[in-house]
Amino acid sequence: MEASVVLLIIILLSFLVFALPASTRYSFTLLLLAAGIILTSFWALEAFTSDEKVCSIESYLFTRLTGITLIVDRLSAFFILVVNLTVLVGFLYAKDYLKSYTRDIKPLRFSIHYFSYLWLYLSMILVVMIRNGTGFLIAWEIMALSSFLLVTFEAGDRLTMKTGISYLIQMHTGMFFILISFLIVEKATGEMSFDALKGYFSTHSNILLFLLFFTGFGIKAGFVPLHTWLPQAHPAAPSHVSGVMSGVMIKMGIYGIVRVLVSVQHDLMVIGVLLLAVSIISGLFGVMMAIMQHDLKSLLAYHSIENIGIIGTGLGIGMIGLAEGNVLMSLLGFSGGLLHVLNHSLFKSLLFFNAGSVYSATHTRNIEQMGGLMKRMPYTAILFLTGSLAICGLPPFNGFISEYLIYMGMFRSLPEAGLNQAVILLLSISGLVLIGGLAVFCFTKAFGIVFLGEPRSEKASAAQEVSKSMLIPQAITTFFILMIGLASLLFVKPVSVFVSDIFALNMSDLLSLPSLTALTQISIIAGIFVILSALILLTRHFHLKTKKVEEGPTWGCGYTAGSYKQQYTASSYSYNYNHLAKPLLRTKKIMEDIREEEIFPGERSFESHSEDAFKKVLIDRPVNWLSAILKKIAVMQTGEIRHYILYAFVFILLIFLLTFFKII
Amino acid sequence: MTGIVFILLTAFFFPGIILRTKNIASGRKGPGIFQPMKDLRVLLKKGSIFSPTTGIIFRIAPSITLSAILCASLLIPFAGNAAPLSFEGDFIFFAYILAMGRFFSIIGALDTGSSFEGMGANREAFFSMLIEPAFFILLAAFAMFTGYTSFSDIFPHFYVSESDYALIYSIIGCFLLVQIAMVETSRVPVDDPKTHLELTMIHEVMILDNSGFDKALIHIGTYLKFAIFGSLIFNSIVPAGWHFLLQSALFMLIQVVFAIAIGLLESFRARNKMNKNPKYLLTISAIAMIAFVVTLIITKKLM
Repeated sequence: MEASVVLLIIILLSFLVFALPASTRYSFTLLLLAAGIILTSFWALEAFTSDEKVCSIESYLFTRLTGITLIVDRLSAFFILVVNLTVLVGFLYAKDYLKSYTRDIKPLRFSIHYFSYLWLYLSMILVVMIRNGTGFLIAWEIMALSSFLLVTFEAGDRLTMKTGISYLIQMHTGMFFILISFLIVEKATGEMSFDALKGYFSTHSNILLFLLFFTGFGIKAGFVPLHTWLPQAHPAAPSHVSGVMSGVMIKMGIYGIVRVLVSVQHDLMVIGVLLLAVSIISGLFGVMMAIMQHDLKSLLAYHSIENIGIIGTGLGIGMIGLAEGNVLMSLLGFSGGLLHVLNHSLFKSLLFFNAGSVYSATHTRNIEQMGGLMKRMPYTAILFLTGSLAICGLPPFNGFISEYLIYMGMFRSLPEAGLNQAVILLLSISGLVLIGGLAVFCFTKAFGIVFLGEPRSEKASAAQEVSKSMLIPQAITTFFILMIGLASLLFVKPVSVFVSDIFALNMSDLLSLPSLTALTQISIIAGIFVILSALILLTRHFHLKTKKVEEGPTWGCGYTAGSYKQQYTASSYSYNYNHLAKPLLRTKKIMEDIREEEIFPGERSFESHSEDAFKKVLIDRPVNWLSAILKKIAVMQTGEIRHYILYAFVFILLIFLLTFFKII
Repeated sequence: MTGIVFILLTAFFFPGIILRTKNIASGRKGPGIFQPMKDLRVLLKKGSIFSPTTGIIFRIAPSITLSAILCASLLIPFAGNAAPLSFEGDFIFFAYILAMGRFFSIIGALDTGSSFEGMGANREAFFSMLIEPAFFILLAAFAMFTGYTSFSDIFPHFYVSESDYALIYSIIGCFLLVQIAMVETSRVPVDDPKTHLELTMIHEVMILDNSGFDKALIHIGTYLKFAIFGSLIFNSIVPAGWHFLLQSALFMLIQVVFAIAIGLLESFRARNKMNKNPKYLLTISAIAMIAFVVTLIITKKLM
């Protein structure tokens, strides 16, 4: 198929972004993006519908130039479709969102931004299509670099630049692990590719290599404790970029893990339990930290960690199923996990776009300064509400469907489970339930504080609804969220077909599985719920028409001088939770006590922060330690040329001696 | 569909019986058992007052919450007959659709901008999160015991299995369901419908600003929740194989006993201090763990 020439053309044309006049750059990038999306969607659909299960794209030119073959199997096809949707929606959203930056940021930076957005897209597509190790790593590196450029869009801001660099370093740490893993494979099998993994795993120990891969891909995906870059990079990036990064880029880590899982041969049980444990911890930790955040975008970023945890839980359940030979468990676990990849890409990108709209309307990300936005930005509020309900996994939205599949994977295998397995399953069920409850806690807070009540600051009361060109892309995402929620079987069927395909599950009569036919019933009852709600609301509407409807102030226990300061704040909302979870969260309060002799206490401020313990131990401490050592070594940097000549002389002497004694 | 009729019937009498019991226990004359229904009628006749702070969420929340509870009631089986809708894992849907209703009642409360209601909303979210694991652990035990994953399949297979332990088992189940029901319907010891005072407790403080039609919907929702959990309790005690009429009679009996028990409990038991509630709720989950361990023993996985 010579269609991949189009890909080459896109790659070549992408450099033109710098040469074109500023006004056409956006449209030009959109054009290239659209071409790429149409082409790859076409490939993906072909891979899904063809009987061969693998759609190998042999482009003479592409292979000749780069030595890399592109292969689209159903796993890649699935990820391609997920990436395409979110990237397109994100870019459409960006059109007006970026306008607010035009005053402060030079046109060149915009070109860089468009260019790296395009390349982030291309690299993600290449990552899922390239099996060859070298090619994969190159694409992986392009992905890290382009996303770095996207994160540091507002590089004038010192903090943003610092965050960006920290991000870049952590990405390369991840890449280092993947590189090592590939090298191990190459040493053993002579081939450096995903296809060689199967051969390696059947003859060597599985756990070690899996752990190496998992560490590498886990940094991208954001499993705890490898998540430290996530809550920093997402808030720093512009919102459409955070949406794409959180929605799809971190899923590349999941893609890598699934690619490895497909090939794993032994020790399935250990790997499954390990994955499950890490995932449940990630889920709980992510949502627990999210509740304490005051920055809307870092709240969402921590929720990404939670959702990666849910995806991982599905995969872990699937692996345990494989180990036990429980086909149903594997099918439900993997399908749930992978469907959650799609679901999360939808609602998380939607929520980030909403957060961007809120930011561009209020110029703050601190939720303590918001409030009452529902009246000022009604459409954004409704979209945010949809996203919140979906991310909490509530029916009739899409999050419920994937969580339901994962739950079923666990509940269905309980009766046959042995003691250990039953206990593991029970703990995971409890974990998932707690994650769900905490998510409800977190998003009632986020939605309630940001959009409801009275504005808490001037900024919030001056907010205005964003433009249509920002709302419509979000509506597209919302449409899919509702579709998956209400007509789940349409989406679950293809996912479970390709899951049983890539994991070689022997499922003779897939579609008559009770757990899948239950989805029809769920659609019915979800429909009943929608109709019933509408009926009650209609009754209410007509009922209130016949009655007297008045306005009166909110009840204030006799005190009715309505002030926004009387409202519950985000901090007070999480107070009792914080009290319970204190040992884990390490919340710090900064406040000056009122002394006894102060009869009329002066003004005081109160601050509370919660600290990410993992970040402190894994990143901050080693960095501080390292910079302390480097400072000591800096004594050598005297600035006097004779000293430097001396160093050079000593160095040469050392080399000479070492060679003389045949040490090197 | 008989189940739905019975649930509606119970919901009709239930709150009155609790009220009556409390009156008798405290030595008051008190109104008749239809008083709550009369109150509903009054509420439906009244107009509504809305605060200018509130927006659309406050107005739609009670309706959506009620609709969620009604949907949950469609999943409850009755006397060996399958529920109107039953499918694998319907209890997951049951718990999540109730959570959906709760989500709306919470944000409805936050919409008023009142610190009281904010407090109630926060407590509702916090405590319901802590009780959720108990329900799921209990149902995990049920699922493991019977091998089924839907209400309509689990309960008929309770007494069919060869094990003699089923009775102990259904007692633990019943005990836990009562505890969960008390939390879900905002009764003592976690919440207090009389609300004096601890700054007006949980459920009542959330609905301070609701009036007229909306308030009636909220009350109906709470009554329905009683009936729904009541029928779950009934299902876990009475073997599904018994004669239908006997079961129906037992159903009514159990509901009445359940209501009287709640009334007595509220008359003689002090409610928890608010900051002790998390411990109390986690203890319920711990007891659910015991149910699970018992199941492990019965199904011969342990020992």
